[in-house]
Amino acid sequence: MQTTNWVPLFPEQASTFAWQVDALYFYLVAVSIAFSIPIVLAIFVFGMKYREREKYVSGAEIHGSMVLETTWSIIPFVVSMTIFLGGAIVFFNQMTPPDDAMTVYVVGKQWMWKMQHETGQREINELHVPLGRTVKLTMTTEDVIHDFGLPEFRTKADVVPGRYTYLWFTPTKPGKYHLFCQEYCGLNHSGMGGWVYVMEQRDYDNWLSGNVSGQTPVEMGKDLFENKLGCASCHAGGPQQRGAKLEGVFGSTVKLTGGGTVVADDNYIRNSILNPASQVVEGYQPIMPTFKGQVTEEQLNALVAYVKSLTPGAATNSPSPASTAPSPANTAGGTGASANNMTPAKADRGKQNAAGSNPNTPSNSNSR
Amino acid sequence: MNAQDAVLETGYQSGIPPVNYLNIKTTLASWLLTKDHKRIALMYLVSVSVFFMIGGLFAATIRLELLTPASDLLETGTYNKVFTEHGIMMIFFFLIPSIPAVLGNFLIPIMIGAKDLALPRINLISLYIYWFAGALALYGLMVGGVDTGWTFYTPYSTTFSNTYVMIVGLAIFINGFSSILTGLNFIVTIHTMRAPGMTWFRLPLFVWAHYAVSLVMILGTPVVAITVLLLAIERVSRVGIFDPSIGGDPILFQHLFWFYSHPAVYIMVLPGMGVVSELISNFSRKKIFGYEFIAFSSIAIAVFGFLVWGHHLFVSGQSPYAGMVFSFLTMVVAVPSAIKMFNWTATLYKGSVSFDTPMLYGLGFMGLFLIGGLTGLFLGSMGLDVHLTDTYFVVAHFHYVMVGGQVIAYLGGIHYWWPKMTGRMYSEFWGKISAMLVFVGFNLTFFPQFLLGYMGMPRRYAAYPPEFQVLNIFSTAGASVLGIGMLMPVIYLVHSLKFGKPAGDNPWMLPGLEWRTTSPPPLENFATPPVVTWEAYEFGEGSGLDLEEARRRAAAPAIL
Repeated sequence: MQTTNWVPLFPEQASTFAWQVDALYFYLVAVSIAFSIPIVLAIFVFGMKYREREKYVSGAEIHGSMVLETTWSIIPFVVSMTIFLGGAIVFFNQMTPPDDAMTVYVVGKQWMWKMQHETGQREINELHVPLGRTVKLTMTTEDVIHDFGLPEFRTKADVVPGRYTYLWFTPTKPGKYHLFCQEYCGLNHSGMGGWVYVMEQRDYDNWLSGNVSGQTPVEMGKDLFENKLGCASCHAGGPQQRGAKLEGVFGSTVKLTGGGTVVADDNYIRNSILNPASQVVEGYQPIMPTFKGQVTEEQLNALVAYVKSLTPGAATNSPSPASTAPSPANTAGGTGASANNMTPAKADRGKQNAAGSNPNTPSNSNSR
Repeated sequence: MNAQDAVLETGYQSGIPPVNYLNIKTTLASWLLTKDHKRIALMYLVSVSVFFMIGGLFAATIRLELLTPASDLLETGTYNKVFTEHGIMMIFFFLIPSIPAVLGNFLIPIMIGAKDLALPRINLISLYIYWFAGALALYGLMVGGVDTGWTFYTPYSTTFSNTYVMIVGLAIFINGFSSILTGLNFIVTIHTMRAPGMTWFRLPLFVWAHYAVSLVMILGTPVVAITVLLLAIERVSRVGIFDPSIGGDPILFQHLFWFYSHPAVYIMVLPGMGVVSELISNFSRKKIFGYEFIAFSSIAIAVFGFLVWGHHLFVSGQSPYAGMVFSFLTMVVAVPSAIKMFNWTATLYKGSVSFDTPMLYGLGFMGLFLIGGLTGLFLGSMGLDVHLTDTYFVVAHFHYVMVGGQVIAYLGGIHYWWPKMTGRMYSEFWGKISAMLVFVGFNLTFFPQFLLGYMGMPRRYAAYPPEFQVLNIFSTAGASVLGIGMLMPVIYLVHSLKFGKPAGDNPWMLPGLEWRTTSPPPLENFATPPVVTWEAYEFGEGSGLDLEEARRRAAAPAIL
């Protein structure tokens, strides 16, 4: 945190890609200066040197120059392409969560943020995360569009009703950082914020154990699935079942009745619960009733987490498929490797991942 | 001697031509039912000025509220309405009509040597549509206002906001037709009404810019009309279009909205570029450097401007691959703007540069648009945009383009053509002071906002964390300087109407067609229809102007 008295002019760098965004920023500042100085200088020099000496004398007969026009078209184009490429590379880093991230579920609501950790802890307007551990937020909202903005981490993402969006970061510095809602959401928009606390692993473990642990999302989802909502009566997975088998579904490509395929990601699971008839798996009848209005956003998160847990290795977040409820100690074990591996290989893996889990990928949206 | 002769006599003595478009008839009906493009332009001038002042009052309120971190001057709900209405007034009722409807309306027919626009009645209708829409928007504001932001994002605007979204939305819907008709009128006029000898490449670049802008107006505005209509349908009848809880898609709204509103940004800056091309070339008394490149870069901006709307949606949950395409095209659209910038600068080289008030605005535009354009690259670069979008960096950027670009150019244009429009000269002294105050005040207001934005201060916040206060104080201080700079022209321009020196037909001895008729021009612009035999921006002997005589007169003590 900024503790000095003078005016801060630059935000802290508190995540692994903060330096990348800042590097891009400084590159652009340099480009801007490199373009501005000659132009401003030329305006001043020409203005002084060629100022009017005598009334109504016309200037030199110069109409243009193909060489100059070509030069000052090509140079800005080339420079703008470097800006584009730099921006695209950083962007794909920001959009591509590593596989070993810990998930936190976020639900926005006018005008508060509700978070739930995989271990069951709930928080409002505050998010505690361990230092060096990659955190992936799976986010939705109960009402209007919000935006989960973390300036010190140099990332943000809109939180959109009716679908999941994602945000990830790996904190690199312990401290207390701003959380802002950055999409206008009505009356108390400027009050819809809070803090992200980045803690040393040990402090984080203490914080976790200090909170009363409720059900984990997977446990809560299992309970809803088997008991409260009765999903299991059709989807339990036996040969005579009316509903599709869910084991191994998550992350796979499913064929739909009437042609087309869709990748079974979070948004597909969510949509299948809310609008079951819209994307029916091949070989099944469209008989499932909608659960719209019967499940809350938190319950939906839990159901998605549970369905995800039925596919070994699919959950991008749970380190070992066997343990549906990883203990804090377990989670800590997986941290070391994930903290700082911003390797080039990540970019390739990233592309696949972005295609699979983004809400707007073609495979997902063409059937809408 | 009868009365009419007496009028003629005194008219000549004062240097104002006896019969012109202003005094030919003076009844109220002769104004309200006029088909004269010049009178319509003047009525637009008064109307957009009223909306500019209303928008400016909202801006002042915003800056006062942001002087302190807490939301203490206004309640947050009121603040939300104030920034929304600032945006709506400024964008839909000032910036979009400003240069086209005032200066374009007045000058395009004169510049191409025509008697009027091709469709004079349509021109008058578009003014009435604008008035009706403006009155409706003001009514919506009186009864309680609207708090959705000028972007009307769904589902907030369709389902959650309990303010007067319908009235204001309807006003914007109706106002769109005014834009469409104006654009249509310009295109038809430029195609069909050019004087003999006025070839396409002899057109002033002001006309080229308006041709480009008209294309955007007639192609883009219908989309925003449809979008607002869909919004209204969902709000009234709960048909699910944008709200996911009834089956809609909120991102669809953003696509539709920005499909118009990004090109609308070019509606708000291309005319300014047209004005600045005139100012730079005329006050350097040198043919504009790279005429064709500036002309076609306007068209290129208009065309590519339609293909970049997705850069407003990088963090909205749009596919990253779509984002790539939009980011790439955004970079491409930067090139024609850069070309213009370089050509204007090169025009000064070996010119004969004078620094009258309009030129100060022209040079001010170059400085501010340079910053506005370059910071656009920051936002077009996806990785950086993720950090910067929805912060004050965006606010600063678009004010540099909209105010630093269009408003500065508009003020420059008003000063430049004021002698032609009114026949009177304003005070050059106060003009220069005001131009400099506007430049300094503007930078002091908006430059700190770039820093605030990078630090992460979100836009549309009534209250903000205390560490952002110092820069906000700078910004508010700058806004008061800017406000004074903007108010001054109102005073000395109005003053000049009665007390200004008669300007004469061609106060700066410039070759454009508008300077070859009387000031103010007669009803149908020219005593005899002009035949154009000179190239655009021909300042030397080829222009056919009697420069020797003018020089002699300038050297002699003024006896007018």
